[in-house]
Amino acid sequence: MVITTTIPDSGEQLQPTFASRYVRTPVPKYKMPADPIPKEAAYQIINDELMLDGTPRLNLASFVTTWMEPECEKLMMAAINKNYVDMDEYPVTTELQNRCVNMIARLFNAPVGESDTAVGVGTVGSSEAIMLAGLAFKRKWQTKRKLEGKPYDKPNIVTGANVQVCWEKFARYFEVDLKEVKLSEGYYVMDPVKAVEMVDENTICVAAILGSTLTGEFENVKLLNELLTKKNKETGWDTPIHVDAASGGFIAPFIYPNLEWDFRLPLVKSINVSGHKYGLVYPGVGWVIWRTKEDLPEDLIFHINYLGSDQPTFTLNFSKGSSQIIAQYYQFVRLGFEGYKNVMENCLENARVLKEGIEKTGLFNIVSKEDGVPLVAFSLKDSSKYDVFEISGSLRRFGWIVPAYTMPPNAEHIAVLRVVIREDFSRALAERLISDIEKVMKEMETHPIRVSTKTAHVTATVDETQDGDDGGKKHIKKSARETPEEITTYWRKLVAGKRTGIC
Amino acid sequence: MVLSNTFSKSDESIHSTFASRYVRTALPRFKMPENSIPKEAAFQIINDELMLDGNPRLNLASFVTTWMEPECDKLIMASINKNYVDMDEYPVTTELQNRCVNMIAHLFNAPLGEAEAAVGVGTVGSSEAIMLAGLAFKRKWQNKRKAEGKPYDKPNIVTGANVQVCWEKFARYFEVELKEVKLREDYLVMDPVKAVEMVDENTICVAAILGSTLNGEFEDVKLLNDLLVEKNKQTGWDTPIHVDAASGGFIAPFLYPELEWDFRLPLVKSINVSGHKYGLVYAGIGWVIWRSKDDLPEELIFHINYLGTDQPTFTLNFSKGSSQVIAQYYQLIRLGFEGYKNVMENCRENMLVLKAGLEKTGRFNIVSKDNGVPLVAFSLKNNSCHDEFEVSDYLRRFGWIVPAYTMPPDAQNVTVLRVVIREDFSRTLAERLVIDIQKVLHELDTLPSKITAKIALNGENADKNVTVVTKKSAIETQREITTVWRKFVMEKKKMNGVC
Repeated sequence: MVITTTIPDSGEQLQPTFASRYVRTPVPKYKMPADPIPKEAAYQIINDELMLDGTPRLNLASFVTTWMEPECEKLMMAAINKNYVDMDEYPVTTELQNRCVNMIARLFNAPVGESDTAVGVGTVGSSEAIMLAGLAFKRKWQTKRKLEGKPYDKPNIVTGANVQVCWEKFARYFEVDLKEVKLSEGYYVMDPVKAVEMVDENTICVAAILGSTLTGEFENVKLLNELLTKKNKETGWDTPIHVDAASGGFIAPFIYPNLEWDFRLPLVKSINVSGHKYGLVYPGVGWVIWRTKEDLPEDLIFHINYLGSDQPTFTLNFSKGSSQIIAQYYQFVRLGFEGYKNVMENCLENARVLKEGIEKTGLFNIVSKEDGVPLVAFSLKDSSKYDVFEISGSLRRFGWIVPAYTMPPNAEHIAVLRVVIREDFSRALAERLISDIEKVMKEMETHPIRVSTKTAHVTATVDETQDGDDGGKKHIKKSARETPEEITTYWRKLVAGKRTGIC
Repeated sequence: MVLSNTFSKSDESIHSTFASRYVRTALPRFKMPENSIPKEAAFQIINDELMLDGNPRLNLASFVTTWMEPECDKLIMASINKNYVDMDEYPVTTELQNRCVNMIAHLFNAPLGEAEAAVGVGTVGSSEAIMLAGLAFKRKWQNKRKAEGKPYDKPNIVTGANVQVCWEKFARYFEVELKEVKLREDYLVMDPVKAVEMVDENTICVAAILGSTLNGEFEDVKLLNDLLVEKNKQTGWDTPIHVDAASGGFIAPFLYPELEWDFRLPLVKSINVSGHKYGLVYAGIGWVIWRSKDDLPEELIFHINYLGTDQPTFTLNFSKGSSQVIAQYYQLIRLGFEGYKNVMENCRENMLVLKAGLEKTGRFNIVSKDNGVPLVAFSLKNNSCHDEFEVSDYLRRFGWIVPAYTMPPDAQNVTVLRVVIREDFSRTLAERLVIDIQKVLHELDTLPSKITAKIALNGENADKNVTVVTKKSAIETQREITTVWRKFVMEKKKMNGVC
């Protein structure tokens, strides 16, 4: 009699993930692995490694949205496999983009009639938006110069030294000279007077920022417009303005409706705004709006024809996901003007609470202004014992990511900490941050990191040399550890010097 | 006694969505609405409108991935709020990107040492990748010409007329001339011989396509390399090659490993590939790999310093989501080499099934080759009565989106229908498509073509009248005009402006 066993071997599929061999093998890093692994294992391995990333919502360095309603997330997940550029296959998604463009154009007071279509496009972010706007200016200026028979090989753009890095990218990649108006202590945005002075016949446009990355301040676009109009009358150069409203574009219309910064000013020809900042959408969407059709040269537009329908496109990116566009439309429809206003007012209120809490410590100067993007930028009154970089490092232990930066020229000696107040930064979090800052400051005051180690080493070496020949002289010999520390601090300061490259 | 009415009107917030007033008001189209509406209503309204979009998985026009495993969807959703550019805040995500770059570089046989880091970057798609690669070539060429004291104001790039529209965009936006090698009816990709002939001292690079959009063919990069090496010896211009492997980059290494098209060829300096095509990730990710550090001019790289850590970046886009990068890494480790190979073999197999089914109808010529991107491009043997555009239209009624295109010059007489076989196009769908195409043909056959209809109408009067005056009805005239106009517009249209 043969007894056969009917119990099968427990296959690998039955093993729970952390019991399987997949968590024992090293994670592939440089070369594609030869064999497949079960999807549960792949998910777990990646998910676990990602736990060590920062928490997006505690990242107070970023303006970019980190929370959306679950209903919106449902819509985003459903649209994640829709290739946005397939305009003929997804006509509704394309229509939603057009609606967003129209809504934003009217929000910015573009001179469009009731049922006219606005000129604009959705992009992946303000970087792409700025490059498209810059391209349009460059092409328009070149065409004008060719007609006048003048040289067109040295275009330049005038901005403040506080510009975001994408302007520098635009300048370098598209071969345009960047003429930066230097900042000064106490004045951390572009001075319109100096800017207009720098304008010459090769200037393709002057770029003003509504919501400077460093301090959240709005630049005075109205003054710039007036001064530039006067200069244009004298020179006949017709230099236009572009407003980089990446952050401010979704704040000013709701909180400061009387502030004239948009198409109400005649020289403003294009505006960009980040949907993923105060447009309240996850990262991956920006918008650029032109004043009229004339401001967008026709030869930059490509006509893609799919199955007979003609759709003009002018973007750098082609295939991309549709989720963020749909999310932007959701926010417009869901919140409406009233909703956005409420969110922005909340942000300003929480910024005020945070500012007051920080002032109460008595150790900081507030560098940011009340009006502008809701953020709090603050510097130390006294940086001799410790600096803002160390405070930033210490705050990380509590989970907060609060960045520290030095200002661009000519204000490099000012270093600030900056907290951005986003939609999901509630009052409770603000109060918790204040109390954690107070804890950190208490630590710094009682145990300043730098000085204590130095004195400790100095005392040690002084004792040693006192027995030396020259008893009178005290050689403060640096320990082996101190030298690399000093080098690192010096290097860090050097590297930290380029603080203009920030988001 | 006062009877108070205690029956209150129900609170708006408890109305079910379709009972509420929100579905009675028109959805705002040009102006932001004044007031907020409940999130359920917002979701429902938008969701319902989007039902009228095409079904992504039945969109046979696109190479871009339309299905991923649920585990990956979970990872995607979890990272949707991570801004990819925050390298210091999300170091693991940044690390995952670097790993993908390295894996893809090794897949393309980049000449790297054991622990040497590859040079490359993740982009939003092949468009951005191509623009970055083109920028690198342009800058390198300009520096070379400046050093030689020669003029550097007229750079050009040599490609086939079958290039995807992003090359034209690159040319126009970055002020580089595009020199296109014209196609022929029997040769629908770039001819390496003609391409090399067109190279001059201002050529910044020659771009070859691995997986032409129109018929899936791989261009002969090896021949191009050999011919260009010879020309470079004679001229001393040192013209490099870029391979646009948007589709083919994730096919050739698995199905045709012997095919030499990548960094094994010495003149190939950079390659781009779409992660969202056969990289099997949702729309929104591409990769560009350079052969070595020397091929990427240092002055194009920006150094962003966050809290002390230095990270070099060279992309056009700044802030963007992290989901697709993580999804790409998931696919690379989940499937591994073997997994990708299996998927590509399945695609090829289903492609052959579809091709056989179409051939069996006896009505089509197959324009695509067996080797290349798994797609079937086919044209009607006889398109005098009905053309490919009509077949495409009729197929829509069954839910299929099958595009019809005319070829770019000089092969404009050739019109094709094209079905792309993606990972999620199974055998059952292939068989169903063949059946539906047969149904469409059957219907079109019974429908009179516009010319025959005219004659039939007047045939009854033929006995009575001596002369047959073919009087056109108002609708017929309109139809004719529309058809003529449509054909005119089609010819004028740049049919190679296709994804």
